[in-house]
Amino acid sequence: MGVSLKEVEYAANLARLELAPGEKEAYTEKLSAIFEYMEQLQELDTANIPPTTHVLNMENVFREDSVSPGLSREKALSNAPEQSGGCFKVPRIL
Amino acid sequence: MQIWEYSLESLSQALVKGEITSRQATLAFLNRIAELDPALNSYITVTGEEALKAAGEADERLAQGRALSPLDGVPMALKDIFCVENVLTTCASKMLSNYVPPYDSTVWQRLKGAGAVLLGKCNMDEFAMGSTTESSYYGPCRNPYAPDYVPGGSSGGSAAALAAGLAAYTLGTDTGGSIRQPASFCGVVGLKPTYGLVSRYGIIPYASSLDQAGIFAKTVKDCALVLAVIAGHDRRDSTSAPTQAAAYAEACDRPLKGVKIGLPREFLAEGVDDEIIKAVHEAAGKLAEQGGEILQVSLPHTKYALPAYYILASAEASANLARYDGVRYGYRAKRENLREMFLATRSEGFGPEVKRRIMLGTYALSSGYYDAYYNKTLQVRTLVKQDYDQVFQSVDCLLTPTAPTTAYKIGEKMDDPLSMYMGDVCTVPVNLAGLPGMSVPYSLSQGLPLGLQLIGPPFGEARLFQVGAALEAKAGKLPGPDFKNLIRTEQGGNSND
Repeated sequence: MGVSLKEVEYAANLARLELAPGEKEAYTEKLSAIFEYMEQLQELDTANIPPTTHVLNMENVFREDSVSPGLSREKALSNAPEQSGGCFKVPRIL
Repeated sequence: MQIWEYSLESLSQALVKGEITSRQATLAFLNRIAELDPALNSYITVTGEEALKAAGEADERLAQGRALSPLDGVPMALKDIFCVENVLTTCASKMLSNYVPPYDSTVWQRLKGAGAVLLGKCNMDEFAMGSTTESSYYGPCRNPYAPDYVPGGSSGGSAAALAAGLAAYTLGTDTGGSIRQPASFCGVVGLKPTYGLVSRYGIIPYASSLDQAGIFAKTVKDCALVLAVIAGHDRRDSTSAPTQAAAYAEACDRPLKGVKIGLPREFLAEGVDDEIIKAVHEAAGKLAEQGGEILQVSLPHTKYALPAYYILASAEASANLARYDGVRYGYRAKRENLREMFLATRSEGFGPEVKRRIMLGTYALSSGYYDAYYNKTLQVRTLVKQDYDQVFQSVDCLLTPTAPTTAYKIGEKMDDPLSMYMGDVCTVPVNLAGLPGMSVPYSLSQGLPLGLQLIGPPFGEARLFQVGAALEAKAGKLPGPDFKNLIRTEQGGNSND
């Protein structure tokens, strides 16, 4: 089962990646080859197999709900490409 | 013996005895980096000033007999994926080429607390995605044994720097083999601990259920000494296991008698170089001579681990790399509106392999495909893990190849990602199952290093050190790289001046 150009465009949009016209074809080809290789997973009967999201036998790792100092505003903004009034500044949405 | 030829253990002993000072050692490494690294390209950032300052502080402690640990005053380096406060941390990507973390990763914090002297940040594949270090925004790193060959990846810089004598030990990360494979290609010891043993806090994430920080060292014992400092629960990493460091160094001296070592047939089949299969059997024989019991075993789902890994890791990566949007840190492409900024920032900031994996992962997670791909992968993971749980009921440890081949030429696999991915066939199952794995240098094959992999049960690092030390003793020390090759390359590169 190959990957179509439309599917590549769809995934690129979801991932906010802009592909140049020539690039789209190259990605379609490479991804198709990779997914064809992945198809062998369908050989396995996994009907009653539970998924493993995490190898360790742990769940609900919480800490007490107590306030402790976090990153200062100054440190949090230290890598900001643009800032204004103590906030991250970005181009307008529309 | 030159300072850069010492093991961590012997350098530490020399420092404690006052035979060398940390400043002397640090200067020696910095000079050697200046001499060899222009050709090798194993470092992205060298922190010379900070290193000498830390060395001075270490010397004060050492003079008063107050060494913080066996690592105090010993110069080392970190893969450029570990956050170090106020030190450029790039993940070898244009996206983070200007990123200076406002905090320390836990691993660095623990090493710093033990007196480690940081020489700099090592080169790697961009965002840890790759097996050759060729995808680095800062250019490829070369294999010290053969400058036209890859050092492996993604922690290629860490492995190469150690092999070339540019640090006494280094740290890397391993998601699908990124410590073990370069360790094999560069002739050094490389350990990926059990998932959860070492904190991931402050490590720029690739695949959160697979990433593990680990160690490159000259000897198995050196590796154990470093693990003792970085291992153990960290409350800032909610995937960190509730466990503490064990008596790792001691395990190196335990005799091998009665230890059951399994050889999984699926790892010794077609797809692995004949010479490497031969090396595994030869090594098994040597371990048997020392009292180990060798058993043939089977891990039936091995071949499915690779496709499962690439879907899973890419899916997790697509989620982890969604944060790079030019808003709060890193590269930003200037555009008039937000959406265009996102598109341009991400398209210009990421390299082709990273984009490929983001696309792969996004596709695998998208509605309509989630069950067929992502969920299926998680079920395959269960089957792979069950194979290992089963096998560890009858053996204590597994011996396998680390990689199906030795190093190949730079540029050879750039256009064929699938072929590059196949090189991970012996390492990825270990990440899927979350087990500890270590590559131990074994021999040279046509001038290129060849390492063998030991796999242990969960939190079985002591077992790996026990068997690894025995294997290392029998294999003997590998001849070092011929550095004249490296210097010749650099001079060749300047011939147009």
